[in-house]
Amino acid sequence: MIPSRAAVFAAALALVSAAQANPHEFSLPNGLRLIVKEDHRAPTVVHQVWYRVGSMDEVPGVTGVAHVLEHMMFKGTRRFGPGEFSRIIAEAGGRENAFTSTDFTVYHEQIHRDRLPLAMRLEADRMVNLVVRPEEFAQEIKVVMEERRLSYEDRPRSLLYENLLATAFAAHPYKSPTIGWMRDLQNMTWTDALAWYRQWYAPNNATVVVVGDVRPEQVLAWARRYYGALARRTMPGRKALAEPEQRGVKRVTLKAPAELPYLRLAYKVPALRDPANDWEPFAISLIAEALGGSDAARFNQILVRERRTATSAVADYELISRCPGMLFLGAAAAKGRSASELEDGMREIVARVAAEGISPEELARAKVQRLSELVFRRDSFFAQALELGELESVGLSFRGADRIAERFKAITVEQVRAAAARYLVEDGLTVAVLDPQPLNPRSAGAAPPAAKH
Amino acid sequence: MTLIALSLPADARVKIDHWIAQSGARVYLVESHALPIVDIAVEFAAGSAYDPREKAGLARLTLAMLKAGSSRYSESEASRRIADAGAELRENFDVDRAGFALRSLSSEAERKAATDTLADMLQSPRFPADAFERERARAVANILEAETQPDRVAERRLYALMYPEHPYGLSASPASLAAIAREDLERHYRTRYGSMQAVVTIVGDLSRDAARTLAEELTSRLAQGERYALAPVAPSPPTETLRIAHPSAQSHVLLGVAALSYGDPDYFPLLVGNYVLGGSGLVSRIFREVRDKRGYAYSAYSYLRPYQRAGPFLVGLQTRRDQAREALELARTVVAEFVARGPTEAELNAARKSLVGGFPLRIDTNRKVLEQLALIGFYGLPLDWLDAYPARVRSVTLAQIRSAFARRVDPGKLSVVVVGAPD
Repeated sequence: MIPSRAAVFAAALALVSAAQANPHEFSLPNGLRLIVKEDHRAPTVVHQVWYRVGSMDEVPGVTGVAHVLEHMMFKGTRRFGPGEFSRIIAEAGGRENAFTSTDFTVYHEQIHRDRLPLAMRLEADRMVNLVVRPEEFAQEIKVVMEERRLSYEDRPRSLLYENLLATAFAAHPYKSPTIGWMRDLQNMTWTDALAWYRQWYAPNNATVVVVGDVRPEQVLAWARRYYGALARRTMPGRKALAEPEQRGVKRVTLKAPAELPYLRLAYKVPALRDPANDWEPFAISLIAEALGGSDAARFNQILVRERRTATSAVADYELISRCPGMLFLGAAAAKGRSASELEDGMREIVARVAAEGISPEELARAKVQRLSELVFRRDSFFAQALELGELESVGLSFRGADRIAERFKAITVEQVRAAAARYLVEDGLTVAVLDPQPLNPRSAGAAPPAAKH
Repeated sequence: MTLIALSLPADARVKIDHWIAQSGARVYLVESHALPIVDIAVEFAAGSAYDPREKAGLARLTLAMLKAGSSRYSESEASRRIADAGAELRENFDVDRAGFALRSLSSEAERKAATDTLADMLQSPRFPADAFERERARAVANILEAETQPDRVAERRLYALMYPEHPYGLSASPASLAAIAREDLERHYRTRYGSMQAVVTIVGDLSRDAARTLAEELTSRLAQGERYALAPVAPSPPTETLRIAHPSAQSHVLLGVAALSYGDPDYFPLLVGNYVLGGSGLVSRIFREVRDKRGYAYSAYSYLRPYQRAGPFLVGLQTRRDQAREALELARTVVAEFVARGPTEAELNAARKSLVGGFPLRIDTNRKVLEQLALIGFYGLPLDWLDAYPARVRSVTLAQIRSAFARRVDPGKLSVVVVGAPD
C-alpha cells in the first residue's frame, strides 16, 4: 500500500501556513535585525546571533581567521574576563557554543526563557567590546591547530573533502577550508584576529534569531535595551565572487592511512538565490534524495545491496548557501573492490539519471521525505532558529521558509530531467579518490604493534 | 546564590503514562499533540554484552539483519515503505540495548504504513542467507576501517582493559564475525527479542487508545524470550598503560575505569561531581587546565556512562604527539586532585545551579523526551525520575561527592590507552 501523499502534504503545509504569521521581524535603527518565533511547547528559548561573515570572506594568507576569531570571542571583553561568558551562562543553566561556516559565524545559547536577557546582554557586550589579548591568542591558536589535526589531518575522509574543494575551485574562496590551512594558522597573529573583528562585527552585520517560549514584543524590548545602543559601522564592500566555468573532469588522489578506498564526487550546480522563481535548486535537492537520501535510494539499492561494490553511499546538497552550489556524492568501497570499479558504478547511476531523469514514484518519495524533514524540524527550537537564520544570512528572507515546501511540491518529473541533463555532466565534475595506505609500511599486513608499560 | 535559579519551573514536567501490554512488554507514553509527529522506540536487552565471546558482533549483526526482510516485506519493500511514509528509522545499539527508533508523521495513513513495517521487521524477520553474507562482509569492512582510526582504536582497547573478563569489554573482530552462522542470529533473536524484555516508548501525537493498540501490534507476535542477568563487573583489574603505534599527527589519550550503573545510590554525587571535573563543556576543570591554560587539545572531557552493570568513567583528550606525555600527566593530576579533595564549595554551588537551571533543556523536544523515557523504561527507573531530578541534584553534598569519587574513581586504577604514542 502506498500511503496517501495528499495527507502528508496537508500536514506539512498546514504547519507551514500556521508558521506564516508567526516569525516576527524587526529592525533596530543601528541596522541589527531581529527575528522572533514563538513556540510555547517548553519553557526554554534559543538565542542565536548570526554574523554575515564566514571563511569565504577571507583572503589568501589568513585562511581560518573567521573561525579563530570565533574562538577568541570566548576570551573576554572590556567588562568580562576570559571564560566569564561561559561560566555565567553555565551557572544560569544555559548551554552555549558557536560555529563558523563558509557563509556565516553563529553564536548561540539555549537557556530557560527567564534568562534570555542575560544571554542578550552578554552577546551584545562581545559584539562591540571584545578584547583580543596576545597571551590568550597564543594559547587559543594552539587549540585551533589541535582542532585541525583532530578533524582533518588524522581523518582521511575529511581531508579528502578538503582536497575535493581545493581541486574543484580555482578562484572562488570556497577552495580553502573553513578551519584554515595549517601554515596560515601557524603564521596568524593576534592582530589578524582583531582586524577581522573590527572589520565585520557590528550590529548592522548581525541578525539575532530567537525561538521559544517568549512574546515578540518583550523580546523586542530587551533587544532594544541590550543591542539598541551599539554603534553601526561601515562594512567593507563585498566583491562579487565567481568561479570560471569548469570545462572537463577534475581529479585528485589522496594517499592516507585507511582500509577502504573512499570516493567523493561533486557536480557544480546552482544554489538557491530566488526562492520565488528558481526551480532548478529544488529539482537538484530531490535528485540528491533519490540518489542517496535513504535506504530506498538508488545508491544504496544498487551499489550496496545489489552489486555490493560499496559498504555505504550517500548524496548531499545544500539548497541554501552563499557559496556556489555543489551536489556531493560519497561512497566507501566494499572490501576487495577497487576505487575505479566504485567510481564507474556511481557515474553510471548518475549518467542514467542525467539521461532519463527519475520515475514518478521516486519523485513522489523524495518530495515526501523533504516535506517530512520540514515538519520534523519543528520539534527543535534550535533547528527552527537555524532555518530562519540561514535564510536571512545568505540574503534571502526568512519568509522564504514558507515557500520552500510549496516549491518542492510543484517540481515535476520533466523539471528533474531537465536539471539532471543540464548539470549532471562530466564538464562540471570533480572526482576525489582516497587511496588507502597501510598504517605501518614496514609491517604491512601485520597487527598494529602494541607495547605495554 | 539566588533561589530562583534553583527552583524548577512548574511547566518543565513530563507526564508519563505507563502500562504492561498483554504481550508482557513495558510501555511508556508521553502524549503531546502540538506537532503532527510521533516518535516510537522499541528496545530489548540485546546489546553487545549478550554476545558470546568467540562470536562477538552477533548482537549488532542481528539488529542490522532485522531490516533485511520479514514475512510480509522484502528488504527493498520495507525501505521503500518507510521512505514513502516520510518516516525515519534508526538503529539504537549499545552494550545493553538493541532496537529501533522510528520517527513518523502522525497522520494515520503514514504512521500506520511506518509502524506496520516496523512491527513486521521486529516480529517476523527472515534473516535471508544472501543478505546475511552481505551484512557480515560490511561489518568486517567497518571493523578493518575502524582499526585504522586512532579514536576508534583507543576506545576499543580501553574497553578491553577496563573489562578484561566482562562482556562490556568485547569487540568484534573479523575472526569472531567469521564464526557466526545464520542460526546464531536466529537463536540470539529468539532468546533476546522476547516480549517480556521489550520496552516500548512513545512520545508525541498519538492518543492513549491508539498507543495501546500500537504497543500490542509491535510486540504481540514476539516469543516470550528468556531472562538472562548480566554478570556484575569484577573488581577493577590491575592498572595498565597501553601505548599503540599509529602514524597520526595527534596522540589519542583515554583513561577509564568501570564505575557506575543505573539505580546506584552514587549516581547523583558522581553526576554532580563529574560536572565540575570534566562534564560541563567549556567550564570544567579538565577543559580549563588542558585547553584554556595550555592549549594542549581541542577536546578534553570526562564523562560517566552508566549501564545495567558498572559503566565507565572516562577521561579523553587528543594532542600533538610530542606533548602527549605532559598532557596525560596533567589529566592524571587533575583527576587525582579532584578525587582527593572534591570540588570547592563555589564549584559545587555552580554545578547545582547549572544542572537544576538547565534541567528544562533536557526535555524540551519530543526526541529528548523519548530518549529519557527509553532510559527510564529500560533500566526500570522510577516514573518520577525526571520530576525528582532537580531535587536530587540539589541535595548532593560535598561529602557525598568525595566519598563517591574515592570509592568509584580510584586514580590508581585508571586504565590508560595512548594511540599514536610519542616516538
